[in-house]
Amino acid sequence: MSGRVLVGVKRVIDYAVKIRVKPDNTGVVTDGVKHSMNPFCEIAVEEAVKLKEKKLIKEVVAVSCGPQQSQETIRTALAMGADRGIHVDVSGKDYENLGPLQVSKILAALAKQEDAQLILLGKQAIDDDCNQTGQMTAALLDWPQGTFASEVSLEGDKINLVREIDGGLEHIKINTPAVITADLRLNTPRYATLPNIMKAKKKKIVTVKPADLGVDVTSRLEVLKVEEPPQRQAGRV
Amino acid sequence: MNRLIVSRTFRIGERLLGCHARHAGQEELRLQQRRSIKTHCRHLAYAKDLFLGQVNKAEVFPYPEIGNDEVEEIKQLVAPVEKFFSDDVDSAKIDREATIPLETLQGLKDLGLFGIMIPEEYGGLGLSHTIYARLNEIIALDGSIAVTLAAHQAIGLKGILIAGNEAQKKKYLPKLASGEHIAAFCLTEPGSGSDAASIQTRATLSEDGKHYLINGSKIWISNGGMADIMTVFARTEVEVDGVKKDKISAFIVERAFGGIASGKPEDKLGIRGSNTCELSFDNVPVPVENVIGEIGGGFKIAMNILNSGRFSMGSSCAGMIKKLIELTSEYAATRKQFNKSLSEFGMIQEKFAMMALNAFVMESMAYLTAGMMDRPGVPDCSLEAAMVKVFSSEGGWICVSEALQVLGGLGYTKNYPFERFVRDCRILPIFEGTNEILRMYITLTGMQYAGKILTGKIKEMKKGNIGLAIGMVSKKLRTSLGASVDLGLTGKDGVVHPSLETIVDEQLVLKRVADVLIHMYAMTAVLSRASRSISIGLRNHDHEVLLANTFCNDAFFKNNYWMVQLQKHSPENNDANIKKIAKQVLENRAYICSHPLERTY
Repeated sequence: MSGRVLVGVKRVIDYAVKIRVKPDNTGVVTDGVKHSMNPFCEIAVEEAVKLKEKKLIKEVVAVSCGPQQSQETIRTALAMGADRGIHVDVSGKDYENLGPLQVSKILAALAKQEDAQLILLGKQAIDDDCNQTGQMTAALLDWPQGTFASEVSLEGDKINLVREIDGGLEHIKINTPAVITADLRLNTPRYATLPNIMKAKKKKIVTVKPADLGVDVTSRLEVLKVEEPPQRQAGRV
Repeated sequence: MNRLIVSRTFRIGERLLGCHARHAGQEELRLQQRRSIKTHCRHLAYAKDLFLGQVNKAEVFPYPEIGNDEVEEIKQLVAPVEKFFSDDVDSAKIDREATIPLETLQGLKDLGLFGIMIPEEYGGLGLSHTIYARLNEIIALDGSIAVTLAAHQAIGLKGILIAGNEAQKKKYLPKLASGEHIAAFCLTEPGSGSDAASIQTRATLSEDGKHYLINGSKIWISNGGMADIMTVFARTEVEVDGVKKDKISAFIVERAFGGIASGKPEDKLGIRGSNTCELSFDNVPVPVENVIGEIGGGFKIAMNILNSGRFSMGSSCAGMIKKLIELTSEYAATRKQFNKSLSEFGMIQEKFAMMALNAFVMESMAYLTAGMMDRPGVPDCSLEAAMVKVFSSEGGWICVSEALQVLGGLGYTKNYPFERFVRDCRILPIFEGTNEILRMYITLTGMQYAGKILTGKIKEMKKGNIGLAIGMVSKKLRTSLGASVDLGLTGKDGVVHPSLETIVDEQLVLKRVADVLIHMYAMTAVLSRASRSISIGLRNHDHEVLLANTFCNDAFFKNNYWMVQLQKHSPENNDANIKKIAKQVLENRAYICSHPLERTY
């Protein structure tokens, strides 16, 4: 087993920002707005780094798909303890239309290329709330999946997982290689301390294009309109 | 005569300010003056030439820029610090319990915030003044933490950093960088605050010549109760040219040396989480290797330390005001009275404009100064840093008060953070050099410089280049004032008038000069910054232009008014009356008017 874990991290609008819809209703305002790593991706990175610290895996590779700024998100993962980064360069219209199907194709291609033993992702992104990438990636690779993980433990070449589902907690055991998506209570992500950020500057980020991985990123979906939810009316007691 | 004037100013100024002697002793100075005033090698940055009416555009235009890598780095560094301060710092609790919880302190240490400017080889982050200023924008959101960190690294360990030898750096900096040891700066004494040169704590050399024994007491020492490593200033006996003199020296003192007792923490109005206390030194043995720099050179070190820490107050205050604008505007937009939201009323709008202007000016000044300090050759920006400090501390105090005003009664309660910000800000015009002292420093240093230059011109005159010299002197005075104004400073032949001798005692005059200069530096900073924003097309640069123009308009009129007040026999000048009033009140130590209800019949 290669002992290599791929962690997907997504650059999203920061959770504390008040979202505004663009006047032409084609999307939300992103220009000049604060962005940061998707909180569930942070939990995924933390879990991967923890596994490395326990010496259960050997290398953590952080991956992000997006424009140049996605490298900032990869750097944060490096500062948290990831060893190296891969930036899949997708920008402009392609980036606006990038969705779970294309990302999962990219991740599947990278998993094969990097001979990954495990793929760790956040359960969903807080901008689109799709909750699809992990599941699609596992299907494309024909790997077992453990989604909404609130507890992960490696046992030999199998993984014990506790999943948070509507009915309660489900305990499953899956083979490796596998795809795991992190839920809120899996762990508490560490701060990227300033000394670690400085050290992370020396770690490598490699840039590739989707075409290099044989992935076509054209979207099968078209966004017709984006609008704000209806204003909350006063309630009645 | 000219030499006498400048030299007298020199010496009186020296006595008053103490520290700003470039040379070790007054004797040396007098010797030199018999020959000529030597231009010293201290390379003051930009503000000095403002005193001569000269704008050294090359120093301040274009606005300092940092490389793309550094911009990326700053974004990276800022994110976890912001997250820490918003999620894990309970400022209300820190203020209420008058202490910073150990977990919070540990979190700050883990983040690396205890060694921001310590070089990487000693375990610090080795970051520039610019990045330090940027991080301070976030740290300033909690006043107690900001002061604790600043007392530790901006002054506490700075002495070792700028004047320590390799052995001292290797021995002390690593643990200070990680926060395992906390540092404190021990200069102020019960009898010596602003007049720092008069400290009485004494360090006597032991019989075997291996130790100094320190005796004395210090007050208002930030981090005093928990510091492990202290930079202590004490009088030592030195021999200069065979004469025994008392000069101040700087020592690295470890609490572990024994003999140090800390008093109980002071119960303060604001920054209550920061530990401030008295320290008493009872025969504390300090090895001679722990002397920082040279014996007798302590005062200069103290001033260099204080001068280098001041500039970040600009970015701290700007960061705080920006946060206040967010909090306050949220309220102003939703609170309705008279069927309109508060934000529609002119007087409320004025407050927001004032906050935005102040934040803009403070940011611009702080980063201009930091950018200058980061230039190779380490130019001396102590004048500029002092200007930033004075402007920011007073601007911050006013803005914080106005922000509270917007919230009215709510702002006055402890349910909202505004009253805490007001209390925390009150210390700003007091510590790190009171604004009164800094105004004197700004004016007298500049005048000293100008006096030297003008003396040079006068010498030219004596040699016969009269036309040239007069032309230059009067032109400089005229153009710097925008009109031919009689300041009573020039007599015949454009010679600098002897009344300058006593200028050091004319604080009300000097205060106005300082305010004019501070505003001129502020205007320079906003113009430089706005120009760059336009040239590179930063987002919202037209708003910046608006802010810059508004501020400069306002500052220009204020400056002109102050200059008018400075004119000889100016009717706008109430100084003589003010002094009379003060004299009568102070003589009687009370308000002396008869009560309006009294009768004489």
